[in-house]
Amino acid sequence: MTLRTLLLAAVLSLPFTAPARAGDDWVPPVTDPLVKKECGACHMAFQPAFLPARSWNKMMDTLADHFGEDASLPADKVAAIRAYLTQNAGDVVNQGRARKYMRHISGGDAPQRITENPDFLRKHQLPERVWKDPKVVTKSNCPACHVGADRGWYEDD
Amino acid sequence: MIRPVILGVALLLAPNPAFAGDSRRDAIIADYAKADTGHAGFSAQRGETLFRTQWKGGDERTPSCTACHTDNPRQPGRNAKTGRPIDPVAVSVNAKRFTDAGEVEKQFTRDCKNVLGRECTAREKGDYITFMMGQ
Ligand code: HEC
Ligand code: HEC
Ligand code: HEC
Repeated sequence: MTLRTLLLAAVLSLPFTAPARAGDDWVPPVTDPLVKKECGACHMAFQPAFLPARSWNKMMDTLADHFGEDASLPADKVAAIRAYLTQNAGDVVNQGRARKYMRHISGGDAPQRITENPDFLRKHQLPERVWKDPKVVTKSNCPACHVGADRGWYEDD
Repeated sequence: MIRPVILGVALLLAPNPAFAGDSRRDAIIADYAKADTGHAGFSAQRGETLFRTQWKGGDERTPSCTACHTDNPRQPGRNAKTGRPIDPVAVSVNAKRFTDAGEVEKQFTRDCKNVLGRECTAREKGDYITFMMGQ
């Protein structure tokens, strides 16, 4: 382990402290209990601000094949979750980190992955062995590296 | 955070048999027994075999239950697809296990498809819970 990795690990495991400092990059956390429960069952409930409304609409239409997983839900729950995700989507929020992500998505596109956004890729040029850490498993496992991920805090330094 | 920590410690220190009994869990088991044709009791041993067998019938990332729940049901697990931690599944360390019928059914459906490539039978479900109750 290099000093840099150690430092990085130490920095990343600090709980968030000063809200003012991180203001610009704070991503509004999921507050809806239904979304937290149903979309937080297999992975963290991702903040809707990372994708535009049309992406969430497409995702809610295709839950039976959700990244190879059957994540289907009863129609009333689908409707309620869809409403929350689209009302808080990146193109609606459009400030802070959301705005940076939206900049890379062109009008007609409805990307399904946060982890393929150029802004994500630019900030995550990490050594291969960091991704290979057994605690990480996949890029979408935000809380493995960002202890404040659930609360919308990603700027840990 | 303090409360869950204390609770966790208490549960680890005192695998009190009193924790293991729960009428909701008994009702879930009874329902599976009713749905099991020719029912002749559930078997912890068959449950353990279900848990440990490398079925390789579903998703290649999850050949067995142990892929996410680990070899030791008393240890925390980790979702092999998303990396998310999973609480231990043994009733002795996690008294909440198998007490919400809807949750149990939903998860059996999902997990059995992932691992076996099909739904589990009522007998398999009863066996699995019986095994975990002894763990
Ligand atoms: C049954 C488990 C399960 C449920 C329930 C579930 N997901 Fe997922 N989700 C997955 C898996 C598996 C992946 C792929 C993870 C990977 O490859 O990193 C995924 C990936 C995602 C991604 C892309 C992550 C990335 O790489 O940027 C988003 C966004 C997402 N899910 C949103 C949702 C929403 C919204 C809901 C609720 C409606 C939901 N998920 C419910 C299993 C689930
Ligand atoms: C393997 C560890 C790891 C994982 C997994 C990970 N990140 Fe990061 N992330 C980092 C590191 C390290 C940085 C800091 C990079 C820098 O500052 O140059 C970072 C930076 C960021 C930033 C930019 C913060 C800023 O303003 O500097 C955002 C936003 C972010 N991550 C979001 C996410 C999201 C959302 C996920 C899950 C979909 C995720 N990260 C998964 C390690 C990770
Ligand atoms: C992809 C990872 C994964 C695999 C493989 C897996 N599980 Fe699970 N299991 C989970 C998750 C996630 C939960 C829900 C979170 C929790 O209950 O802590 C869960 C929960 C359960 C529950 C609900 C327990 C309760 O108290 O409500 C049962 C039952 C269950 N699993 C059975 C199985 C069986 C049987 C197998 C093998 C055939 C299996 N699981 C394989 C991830 C997995």
